[in-house]
Amino acid sequence: MTLSSSTPLAPAARAIDIIGADLTEASLTRYLRGLPTVDAVGLAARATDLGSRSIKTTSKAWALDKIISLIDLTTLEGADTPGKVRSLVAKALTPDASDMTSPRVAAVCVYGDMVATATEALGNSKGEHAPGGINVAAVATAFPSGRASLRVKLADVADAVDAGADEIDMVIDRGAFLAGNYGRVFDEIVAVKAACQRPDKSYAHLKVILETGELNTYDNVKRASWLAILAGGDFIKTSTGKVAPAATLPVTLLMLQVVRDWHRLTGERIGVKPAGGIRTSKDAIKYLVAVAEVAGEEWLEPHLFRFGASSLLNDVLLQRQKISTGHYSAASYVTID
Amino acid sequence: MTRLAIPKTYKLFIGGKFPRSESGRVFEIRSSTGEFLANAAKASRKDARDAVVAARSAVSGWSGATGYNRGQVLYRVAEVLEGRRDQFIAEIVSIEGVTAAAAAKQVDAAVDRWVWYAGWADKYVQVAGNANAVSGPYFNISVPEPTGVVAIVAPQDSSLLGITSAIAPALVSGNAVIVIASERFPLSAISLAEVLATSDLPGGVVNILTGSPAEITPWLASHADVNALDLIGAADLDWIDLEIAAAETLQRVMRPEQGADAASPSLSRITQFTETKTVWHTKSLI
Amino acid sequence: MTSTNGTTSNTPPAGQKSSFLDYAPAPESTAILNLKSEYGLFINGEFVDGHGTSFTTISPSTEKTIATISAADASDVDAAVKAARRAFDRSWSTISGRERGKYLFRIARLLQERAREFAVAESLDNGKPIKESRDVDVPLAAAWFFYYAGWADKLDHAGLGANPRALGVAGQVIPWNFPLLMLAWKIAPALAAGNTVVLKPAETTPLTALLFAEVVQQAGLPAGVVNILTGAGATGQALVTHPDVNKVAFTGSTAVGRLIARQIAGTDKRVTLELGGKAANIVFDDAPMDEAIEGIVNGIFFNQGHVCCAGSRLLVQENIHDEVVDRLKARLTTLRIGDPLDKNTDIGAINSAAQLERIRALSKVGEDEGAVRWSAPCDLPEKGFWFAPTIFTNVSTSHRIAREEVFGPVLSVLSFRTPEEAIAKANNTPYGLSAGIWSDKGSRVLAVADKLRAGVIWANTFNKFDPASPFGGFKESGYGREGGRHGLAAYLAPAESRPYAAPAIQAAAVEPVAIETPVADADPQTPTKFVRRKGANK
Repeated sequence: MTLSSSTPLAPAARAIDIIGADLTEASLTRYLRGLPTVDAVGLAARATDLGSRSIKTTSKAWALDKIISLIDLTTLEGADTPGKVRSLVAKALTPDASDMTSPRVAAVCVYGDMVATATEALGNSKGEHAPGGINVAAVATAFPSGRASLRVKLADVADAVDAGADEIDMVIDRGAFLAGNYGRVFDEIVAVKAACQRPDKSYAHLKVILETGELNTYDNVKRASWLAILAGGDFIKTSTGKVAPAATLPVTLLMLQVVRDWHRLTGERIGVKPAGGIRTSKDAIKYLVAVAEVAGEEWLEPHLFRFGASSLLNDVLLQRQKISTGHYSAASYVTID
Repeated sequence: MTRLAIPKTYKLFIGGKFPRSESGRVFEIRSSTGEFLANAAKASRKDARDAVVAARSAVSGWSGATGYNRGQVLYRVAEVLEGRRDQFIAEIVSIEGVTAAAAAKQVDAAVDRWVWYAGWADKYVQVAGNANAVSGPYFNISVPEPTGVVAIVAPQDSSLLGITSAIAPALVSGNAVIVIASERFPLSAISLAEVLATSDLPGGVVNILTGSPAEITPWLASHADVNALDLIGAADLDWIDLEIAAAETLQRVMRPEQGADAASPSLSRITQFTETKTVWHTKSLI
Repeated sequence: MTSTNGTTSNTPPAGQKSSFLDYAPAPESTAILNLKSEYGLFINGEFVDGHGTSFTTISPSTEKTIATISAADASDVDAAVKAARRAFDRSWSTISGRERGKYLFRIARLLQERAREFAVAESLDNGKPIKESRDVDVPLAAAWFFYYAGWADKLDHAGLGANPRALGVAGQVIPWNFPLLMLAWKIAPALAAGNTVVLKPAETTPLTALLFAEVVQQAGLPAGVVNILTGAGATGQALVTHPDVNKVAFTGSTAVGRLIARQIAGTDKRVTLELGGKAANIVFDDAPMDEAIEGIVNGIFFNQGHVCCAGSRLLVQENIHDEVVDRLKARLTTLRIGDPLDKNTDIGAINSAAQLERIRALSKVGEDEGAVRWSAPCDLPEKGFWFAPTIFTNVSTSHRIAREEVFGPVLSVLSFRTPEEAIAKANNTPYGLSAGIWSDKGSRVLAVADKLRAGVIWANTFNKFDPASPFGGFKESGYGREGGRHGLAAYLAPAESRPYAAPAIQAAAVEPVAIETPVADADPQTPTKFVRRKGANK
């Protein structure tokens, strides 16, 4: 044990409940290493099995609407402009200009400096508590690499919250995680969570991006998921979308197993957000099946499950049009955002 | 003044010890010219039962030894046998009535056979097993393992080479055996037991019964703790009945062989007392 | 909750009327299937009427009649064996291995082309879920032919030395749990090795074998190379005891296997027996937990537990026993039992009324013996043969449900404290077909695998099959191997061996390689190595 590993970690209620009051990097590390391991072949086989469910007719129609309502419609580009963000918001509010029965998406997800623009564009429809309301989610903490000082990361978060972000999508320090500095990763999440607090003492929802493509192994993903939950995350999220592989069904399945186990242990429900790479309705339905069969149907709500996606929405709308009209639609019948 | 010779008492070989038959029975062994040679123990069904118990308890140690180790023990048998060559020649001459040259040829062949099989102990797995290229992320390998307890009716027309040819291949993979010696020529079998007992072979790995194969074999064929039945020397018995009895517990049965090439050395004599075990294990980087 | 097609699911979220998990019906279309109302026997390349009393095959999920099937009597068996013998003598043994292989490749491709049709037929006739017949049975059957097709011109490498011989006519009897797949396990290696075959499918599941006969016709196989005889036990008995059958291959119960071993005693027939099992599935406390739960479920509930190698005895390390059982129950409540043709069905119908009765009876015994029964809460369809996934806890090694093969969706849970105890309990059975090990510790997995007396060991997986992988049991689970090089060798004899009279029962498949060492007083002219029958065959 190094000296630093016995330094107390920042207090986090969940971790203290589960691991104990004398929370240190050493005790955290012991806990994470004590988790049952994952057999990758078996996990992939289970994902394939779930993915082979055949969702037809009424179930499919229900699923398509559900998918839309779970989407974090996302633009995360260096070239993002206020115009681009306003366009995204318009799409979020009216996904299908030809069919007003389409549900709205759950949130728009933008860089922190675009939060104000998105908030303004949403107007009365901003926030989950507004009727048909849409949240504004902001990526923060030196997204996507996370390579900045904690001070800078916290300022990034505070700026976004100040500007009206309902949700913060933070990235963990993968370098620290892979180096085994679990305490550092933990403390950072705790600090970010604190920075999510608004003047009225309420919190912006905290989604913790694990960047599973960089963690590489399922055992790492499992440990990082537990770590993020223990440190106070409201959601665990697969990816930034900037690293391949991004969301995959097996990795999402694994994270669903973690939140299911957390619920078993504590009765508390944590959200899961696969992000990046989910482009088709067919793929998204596989995720719905996994959520329903592994975590439970109660997870199929925006406060517990999200898709981080952009092109997925239009594919769902095309499928939706096929169901309502009875014939196959075409890309020119859905709007680009 | 002539010295009176000390005759040997020929007993059974069970669990590494040399007991008399629990039945107290013996039978006379006479030379080819009809002279009395010895009283050999006449094994009973209870002796056979005890031999199975001894064999079963020896399986795990013998089959758990490395192939290299088993090979050295079997080679040690050849060494000790070679050292007692003259004794075996004399025994064979007296009981079979063959020339000393023919007896010597038999003893030498037996020694060579032990050597030949000894060399297989750490090789037969490579030849009889293989890696299997399955279509999926799995490590998959098939290896032969010893069947367990093997009961053998030794070839009846040979003193030493027959019993050697029958038991050595079964021992290669790690089986423990109960062998019923030639009824007519049992002396070399018991002398062989003395060789085995001084060759680092763990007690119970080989158990040798003398007496009537017709009387004892049915008890072994129907014994639920016997895994395989080698009827190589059972041509003169009602061996089909034995095979039928063995079917009850699905013993692996080798049918009788006769003639000069009976029990000739082959890899198949080793593998017929093995079971192929296939192991799958998941294989993944992540 | 029961949806319109009879598929049920078990976990409606509280307070919600309808549930996403009540997936809308997704039935596989039966339009692809073009069945005849009557099927004859397939002898010498043609369908002919049998001389026995015809019977019907029904769908176990609805009890509706599918077709009327001819039954073969002894004269039909004789005709089929004669046809196979003629084909062996006149055509099949005279063509080259390469050409034989091409026929097998054709069969593999035809099976792939007609895969959907075979899957529907199998699920209809057997009751197994379409997702299993579609994703496991049929693709594996095609793979089996593809694998052995490639062996046909490479027999010198089968491990028996150069120019090994085919055995002749193979009489093959297969069970009802994997009708098409077991057919492939039997026919593919037999044909590749140059044998001709007479195969009898199970009485309750003849359909895919008869469709396969059509494939044989489409492939242009010489008449008589493959013959399919339908019928009950008597037909099978007439086949395996027919004097002109050289090789017997049987998959089924240990009781029948024992009978066959008795009946062929003293003959020159070679035999392979794949019999029952009572496999231990051992879960150590360091197991990958979610995958282990899946493995347990797959181990015993795959194919309604109608699997000889099913992991029917769960051995859990005592310190995780309660957690494993809890998780298992939670998982079982998500299984969907119902219409085999629905693509979302996980558990189909029990194959027959008789089998259902046996499962019920043994489950009753389990309760009477004091084991604690838990069945997944689900509504079962009214028609057909159904049994809810069931686990017994508080089971001891002395309980009958821990010793006898149930051959149904019934799991017995036992616990152990140490690896030694796990191994001892796993081996405490007259069977020895398969076993499972779940642990993250490689060295322990390999050591435990060494100690288990079973022919197939799955570590951190279960119920995996592949044509390249030998399959078969120790002890009373039978002898001989199917699959891989070993499975091929089971249909061959060394070149120098006397025709049709190899030393009968080979546990391992590698045959004599004619190794030369001096044999005392050897007379190379002495021909008689093998002894002809003596004594009475009873």
